[in-house]
This record gives sequence, structure tokens and C-alpha cells, in this order.
Amino acid sequence: MSTSTAAMIPAQRQRPLSWKNITQTILGGYVPLVAATLVVFLPLAWMIISSLKSPGEIVTTQLTILPQHPTMQNYVDAATSVPFARFFLNSVIVTTIASIIKCFLAIVTAYALVFVRFPFRRAIFLLILVALMVPPQVSVLPNYVLIAGMGGLNTYWGIILPGLGTAFGTFLLRQHFMTLPVSILESAEIDGANHWRRLWRIVFPISVPTIATVALVTIVTEWNDYIWPLIIVDNPNMMTLPVGLTLLSNSDSGSQAWGILMAGAVIVIVPILIIFAALQRYIVAGLTQGSVTG
Amino acid sequence: MSWLDASSAHAATEAMDEGDDGGPDQGARPGPGAGRRGRMKPPKSGAARNGSRRRTAGKYWTPRAKREAWVFLALALPNIVLIAFFTYRPLFANMYYSTLDWTLGSSVATAVGWGNYVEFFTSSDASTVLGITAIFTIATVGGAMFLGLLVAIALNAKVKGQGFARSAVFAPYVLSGVGVGLVWLFIFDPVYGVLSWILRGFGASSPQWINDPKLALVMVIIVYVWKNLGYCAVIYLAGLQSMPKDLMEAASLDGAGSFRRFMSITLPLLSPTTFFILITSLLSSLQAFDIIRIMTRTGNGTNTLIFESYLQAFSTYNRAGYSAAISVVLFVLLLLLTGAQLRFVERKVHYS
Repeated sequence: MSTSTAAMIPAQRQRPLSWKNITQTILGGYVPLVAATLVVFLPLAWMIISSLKSPGEIVTTQLTILPQHPTMQNYVDAATSVPFARFFLNSVIVTTIASIIKCFLAIVTAYALVFVRFPFRRAIFLLILVALMVPPQVSVLPNYVLIAGMGGLNTYWGIILPGLGTAFGTFLLRQHFMTLPVSILESAEIDGANHWRRLWRIVFPISVPTIATVALVTIVTEWNDYIWPLIIVDNPNMMTLPVGLTLLSNSDSGSQAWGILMAGAVIVIVPILIIFAALQRYIVAGLTQGSVTG
Repeated sequence: MSWLDASSAHAATEAMDEGDDGGPDQGARPGPGAGRRGRMKPPKSGAARNGSRRRTAGKYWTPRAKREAWVFLALALPNIVLIAFFTYRPLFANMYYSTLDWTLGSSVATAVGWGNYVEFFTSSDASTVLGITAIFTIATVGGAMFLGLLVAIALNAKVKGQGFARSAVFAPYVLSGVGVGLVWLFIFDPVYGVLSWILRGFGASSPQWINDPKLALVMVIIVYVWKNLGYCAVIYLAGLQSMPKDLMEAASLDGAGSFRRFMSITLPLLSPTTFFILITSLLSSLQAFDIIRIMTRTGNGTNTLIFESYLQAFSTYNRAGYSAAISVVLFVLLLLLTGAQLRFVERKVHYS
């Protein structure tokens, strides 16, 4: 017994730079990593490359990987066949306004749920939790009937209003506020600070990372939001980017327009990709909430 | 889902209530920091607290409590009203609409009772739509979870660039489904797509991804798995990284190989993670819309419940009542899943 154990140990321990160790690290560690990364990046790289090609290089079966004469013509064409700059502006406006209001509402609601006394706040919190599970898609038709009836077709407020109530942000912030030390707030209360001051002078500054998470997730969801803007807007001048891209893909005759469509895809995808690259820690944390500590 | 296990959070709320109201129960009032400690204890440890609570119950609406209540309403009411109006009201409105024969935009509607449901379930629509929904949901959830686990295992290797690869794999999950759908539509294009070019290189001709209904469904599933795989991978990775090291070491000292260790230790210990991913993925797959809509505009073998409901109301037919009935069917399905989650999450899958 003891001899076999003794024989096993030297077999398992190898010099760090032995050939076996290196091949093992490469095959077991790097190959799968690189493969997984490529599966993600190649389609996106293909999108960017194609958007820089001339129509002749796209509508051909003699494929060349890289554009021979990189050109921004697809972007120009996209902007002339549909009001693309307007789509971008609309997306920026809707995302900015909706995100600011949603974050504000989430912060004050979560503060109230944790720090302000009220008889039914457990029940209210439960209602918000349940709302988290109601898919927005199911509510699209009744909300359309209501908003259209109020004259909200093709307006910014019509796009923004139904999505403003925020269960996700409220929930995330409430869970975070529960972990804050009560003693800081108590001493502020004794010093005479009212709720409003306690919220913005104490709770807000020490919760910035969680608030950033909520803000980023909200920005990403608003920017990508599709089904609601798709049905509430039919005037090209009021369309957001995803809806405008739909118009572009409907209007242009299929294969001729791939370059233009790729240019459109770049404009809707790349801003989020940049935000994600810079702040991915917060976004991943927010979107995978609830999974950790199982 | 840790956040559904509200008991610890509940204890904290009570502890804070106690600290908040001062007044008659000064003696029982916990000192600074007690709220924090209270959170760690199970709720029933506060027998003394319950006693003091009963004593103050009679004086609930002191002027101070009233002022607090007003502050609460001022802060929370706007959000609550919005949620009630645009999330809860539509649920009931849908149930009402589903009993109507109603063309969207028309001012007349006839009540038809269960008519829309009867029509849906007796026509061929039900088997088609439910079948497609089942195939799409099972394939996307199964595919993303299986590949996600494989990627998580790869990411778990301690090599340089692991953090970068983790972010890269997650990236598609945050991208616009419309943009992603268009990119893949171009890749799948049977004539000009890069996939058909590769296939031609092998002497094969490209399948008709877009025109053939069966292949259109496969195409949409592939793209959806590509977009959601990173979500599963990142959560599985967190699960893998919280594996108890001592158990693994003990098993390998006992001579268990790495495959054996994975099957007998890692996989069972991952079951809470698996269950969490399973439920959240099922819910989001059942709601998948943007990729399906942009890749198959009018539905071609890709009519899942959510897409069929959209097409009925907003595409050609404007059949609001029928669409609402399909939405209700979808909602009931989601409700059953959520119920199953709440029931099983505590019982089935805890090892610690």
C-alpha cells in the first residue's frame, strides 16, 4: 500500500515546464478558451468586415475575407434610404430618459421599502417580486390598446411610459440596502437628518456600485428593447434603432442590401459592446443576480 | 434562487422596524448593530421581540408613524402605481380580451366566452404552435445549458486570459437581438452567406435555411443558443468556483479519476445552480421574440406562442381577442413554471 502511494506521488508531480505539462495546459486550458472566444467574435468580426465592403464584394459567390477597398459607403447608403441618424437619436433619447427615471424610481422605492416604516411594506415588496416574473410580452396588447387610446402612438412618452415601473432595479437595490449597517442611519437620524437627506447623503454614496449595476442593466435593456417600440411606432421618424433596422430589412430587396444591413447592425451592437467592454463587471453581476450563494 | 428565500431578509426588516419606532419599547430596543446581528439568526429566535411588538401594536398610528407612512407613499407610490397599471392590469385585461371576438382598432367586439380558446385548442394551430414552442424551448434551454457547462469547465482552467474569455463569452447575451439576428441571417444566406461559401468549399450546397420551415426553426435555435450560452456559462462558472476543495482532494486521494469526480461530486453539487439556470432559461426562452421576429418576419415554422400572439394581433389579421387568448395560455404556462420553481427550489436541490 505504502509503496504504491509512494510510486504515485512522483508520477503526479512534474516539473512546471515539462513537455507533458505544457501540452496539457495548452490542450486542456487554451484550446477550449480560444475556441469559445472565437465562436463569439467571428460572427461579430464578420459583421464589421462586411459593413466595410462594397456591394460587389458582398453580392458574389467568390468570397474574399477582407474588403479590398474598405469603404463607408454602406453607412452612407443606410442613412439615405432610411432616417438612420434619426433612429440613433431616438434610441439615445428614449434610453437616456427611461434609464434616468427608472433608476430614480428604483432608488426611492427601495429606500422606502427598507428604511421607512409602513404597515404593508412586506406585501408591497411581494407584489413587486411577482411583477418581476410577469413577462412584458404578455402585457403588450392591453398596453397598446391603452396607450394608443391616449394618443401615444408615435410619441416618445408612448414608447417610454409603460416600461417605467421597475421591479428589477427596486428588487436589486432593496436587497443591497438590507445589508447596510443601520447604525450609520440611526446616528444621522439623531443628528436631525430627514429621510430625503439620509437617502441622498448617506445611502446613495455608499451604494454607488450597486446603483451602477442597476443603471447599466437598465441602459442595455432599454437600448435593445424591441417588441414594445415595434408596435407603438410606425412613423420612421420616431423609430428606435432596432425598429428602424426592421424597417430597413423589410424595405430593401434582400440580398442586395446585406452591406447596408450590416452597417445598421454595427450601429446598434457596437455602442453596447463598448459599454460592456468597459464596465462588464457590473453588467455581469446584475444580469446573473440571484444565482450566487445558492 | 437565493432571493426567494426571504426568511433572512424578513428577520432584518423586523429588526429595523424595532429600531425605528423608539417610544414605549425603549427597553427592548436593540442597541446599534443589533439589526445586523439579527439578520444572521433565523426568524423565530426573536421571541422577546414579538412580545414588544404586541405591546406597541395598539399605538400603531402615532403622529410619527403617520408621517413615516406619508414619506413611504411619496417615495414608493409612483413606482407601485406604474407597476400596477402596466404590469398587473394587462394580465386581467388580457383575460377579458380573450373572451371577445374583436378586431384590433374596431369599436365593436362580440363576447364569445371560451370561443377563442376552443378555436385555438381544436384547430391545428394548437398542436403546431405548442409543438414549435416545445421544440424551440427544449432545444434552446438544453443546448445553452449543455454548451454553457462545457464552456464553464473550460473557463475554470487556471490559465491566463480566463477573465477575458469569460467576458467575451458573456457579451452576446447583452447585445440587441435584432442586430444579432441580422448578422446571422447574413451568415446563413444560402447564396451570399459565409456558411454557404464554406459548404461549397467542401463541395456541398447550402440548405435553404430561410425558406424551409424545419431549417428556419433550427437556424433560430442555433442563434438563440449562441446568444444565451454565455449566461449559462458564467453562472455555471460561479458554481464551479464555489466547489469545496477538500471534497475533491479527498476523492482524488481515494483514487477517483477526473471524470468520476465530475460525475459523482461536481454535477450533484451543481444541481442548485442547474435548477436555477433551468428555470430562468425556460422563462426567457418562452419569451424569446426579437431574434425570431427579425429572422423569420411572418413566421415560417417558427411560430412560438409569443410570436403567434404577436402575429395574430399586429401582423395581418388584427385578431385581438384570439391573440389575447394565446397570451393567456403563455402566461399560465409561465405561472406553472414559476410555481414549480417555488415548490421545488427548497426541497429538491439543497445539499448543505
